[in-house]
Amino acid sequence: MIHFNKFTLANGLRVIVHEDHTTPMAVVNVMYDVGARDEDPTKTGFAHLFEHLMFGGSINIPEYDEPLQMAGGENNAYTTSDLTNYYIQLPAENIETAFWLESDRMLSLAFSDKSLDVQRKVVSEEFKEHYINKPYGDVWHKMRDLAYSSHPYKWMTIGKELSHIENAKLQDVKDFFFKYYRPSNAILVVGGHVTTAQVKALAEKWFGDIPAGERIQRNIAPEPLQTAAHKLEVKANVPLDALYKCYHMPGRTGKGYYATDLISDILGGGASSRLNQVLVKEKKLFSNIDCYHFGTLDAGLLTIEGKLVKGVKMKDAEKAVQEEIDKVQQTIIPERELQKVKNRVESMLAFEDMGLLNRANNLAFYELIGDASLMNNEFSHYEAVTATEMHEEAQHLFDEKNSNTIYYYAG
Amino acid sequence: MINRKIAPEIKDATAFDIKLRPYEKVTLDNGIPVHIIKSDEQDTLQLELVFPGGSWYESENLVASATNFLMKNGSGKLSALQINENIDYFGAYLNRTSHHEYATYTLHCLTKHFADLVPVLQEVLLDPVFPEEELAIFRQNMKQRLAVNLQKCDFVANRHIDRYLFGEFHPYGRVSSMEAYDALQSATMQAFYKQHYTYNNCKIFVAGHLPANMIEMLNEYFGKTKWNGEASIVRPEISIMPAEEKKFRIFNDENGVQGAVRVARPFPNRYHPDFPKMLVLNTILGGYFGSRLMSNIREEKGYTYGIHSQLYNFRQSSAINIQTEAGRDVCEATIEEIYKELRTLQKEIVPEEELHLVRNFMIGSILGDLDGAFEVIQRWKNLILNGLDENYFYNNINTIKTITAEELQELAQEYLSPEDFYELVVI
Repeated sequence: MIHFNKFTLANGLRVIVHEDHTTPMAVVNVMYDVGARDEDPTKTGFAHLFEHLMFGGSINIPEYDEPLQMAGGENNAYTTSDLTNYYIQLPAENIETAFWLESDRMLSLAFSDKSLDVQRKVVSEEFKEHYINKPYGDVWHKMRDLAYSSHPYKWMTIGKELSHIENAKLQDVKDFFFKYYRPSNAILVVGGHVTTAQVKALAEKWFGDIPAGERIQRNIAPEPLQTAAHKLEVKANVPLDALYKCYHMPGRTGKGYYATDLISDILGGGASSRLNQVLVKEKKLFSNIDCYHFGTLDAGLLTIEGKLVKGVKMKDAEKAVQEEIDKVQQTIIPERELQKVKNRVESMLAFEDMGLLNRANNLAFYELIGDASLMNNEFSHYEAVTATEMHEEAQHLFDEKNSNTIYYYAG
Repeated sequence: MINRKIAPEIKDATAFDIKLRPYEKVTLDNGIPVHIIKSDEQDTLQLELVFPGGSWYESENLVASATNFLMKNGSGKLSALQINENIDYFGAYLNRTSHHEYATYTLHCLTKHFADLVPVLQEVLLDPVFPEEELAIFRQNMKQRLAVNLQKCDFVANRHIDRYLFGEFHPYGRVSSMEAYDALQSATMQAFYKQHYTYNNCKIFVAGHLPANMIEMLNEYFGKTKWNGEASIVRPEISIMPAEEKKFRIFNDENGVQGAVRVARPFPNRYHPDFPKMLVLNTILGGYFGSRLMSNIREEKGYTYGIHSQLYNFRQSSAINIQTEAGRDVCEATIEEIYKELRTLQKEIVPEEELHLVRNFMIGSILGDLDGAFEVIQRWKNLILNGLDENYFYNNINTIKTITAEELQELAQEYLSPEDFYELVVI
């Protein structure tokens, strides 16, 4: 049970306080309700590039990192398709430094040409390091494009192509900031060795006078139902053939999400999971195979990906994967196996909650999707899933027409 | 109105009194020491069993790591699948690692499931059988993984730089190969296991929320017998054979858009008085986001997504290793800038403001790292396995708080001359 207090400032900033007096540290987490799905299709990668610019100095503070490091703090940030999150960890005595820094960059950035110029290059190198200069690094670009016809999950957070990042203008940066980085689109979570009264006073002092901005009205059309299987063959300079299969699945708050999450664990969670046991250990068709998804807020993709054992034919490998999928569709998951995946979730949630930073981050996330208190009910949703529900969910999930397959050949 | 241009007051690093929480120690009936950090805030626990079974002790390449890995893949009573199903059923994680010195099995689980898991753990640790079929799968899959990794410039660069520093036959410089995987034999692993995973060489570290009868259970499963007999491990002397050449360029992928840059030199081990000082100098150079290398090469020039320098924590000898992946056409310029930063540290004294910041950053970081029972036991484990005690930890903190800019400059003059460094670019 994670305890917290919640209040909202007059400008709409939601504040959550999670007191934990067993630690000498404090965590300040600011989550903005904006991600790559909010981007213009001709300016992709912008939410993430923008995240980099948030470290380039704000209106009253030329350097973000230095004063924080001086206060014994560390920070980082990440951008996903759905959201952007900034977090700081520092000794609780120095918490006001975090309020000062975070509030000033919510008030306004410095908008320097130099910072934009350098971060464009840095992000280009990040793009190369992770998506170009790695074997199989381009597969998610191709898969998203294959699986989505219109929804902005069609492109990666890093951007669709390098040129979008290279062409970013300072005016784009300013527009983006004043549209999305407003108190009404943000959630502040403060955790650790702090009191609610202290946080209330600091939040009023530092964030209270920032103009509210307009709560963004998101109007993204859902991805239309896929009506025919999509397939793509790729040949690249890689040593092994690989198979990728993706199926459209419910979004984070959608009906059937928990059942689908448990299905992914039945197939690919842990060394005893079905795909690993049957396809790696028994049939020896794959050297590794996984099943996972990203838990996106809008409808996402359940993914099966594996590398084939050298000499195995793609069609034999795919047939064996299909047999495991058929089993999930045709037979009810045995009680003990269902209990296993539920136990795994219970344990995973418990270990996740161990870190203060994780707890703060999760509180912000649950607040973003509706209410921070959902965090404490999370496991009950998994406990309630029945084998029958999973069986029903598997019928449309694994419908051939719902599938997207990439055959990635070593060339 | 508040004045946003003025930073709030802060408490300084030197004012933080960092304490390493002491561990409890219990000895099992057969003499195995158990080091304990309790914490009842969560319903989780961590148990580690550590053995002197690292690559330092192997006579054939990869035997130590393969033994460590395959112990979990079949015991006298349980198949690999049965072991995995048991671990997974209780939502636990059983991880194995082996490095140069030690080989470890680590169990993470919910406290309420420990009693169900400890018999499985006993099977894995006391009665592994190294089935031929599991070895064959392991060999094939590891070779496939190696083939993929060999296409990555960073992976190739890491292999080569360690070879230059320590020599290709030294455990620190030796690397995996298709041939070494092919040569692995079940019988060799069985023998290596029997010699190194013995009761008298085992050390146990536990942390978290422990069941009331934890020690009784450990005694029952690991403390009753002299399992695998008494073996004395002699740590062989192995000499370092560094490369004579200093500069290397490797073309691994003609279409590569980035190069992996490594600039490295040997450095004395942690027992040397310069080691704690170098931890500070290394932080200034490339050990945090605001470091000299990051500020110049990422934040000023935009040559890379990240650049870091690290101090190896190896037992016999350490090294300073600067590493980055940079755009293909700026790799050479990156090396030039690295040398420029080294020379600056030699020529110019570190400004007081910067040193002050680094002290505060490092102390804040240690304070954060010691947050939680799992983290505290980790610190103790590193001290104990290296034959050290809390004085070493406090001495390091004292060095951070008191080292002077002059001492840092002397250190830079002794250890940061560009001509002493190996340099490597892998494209």
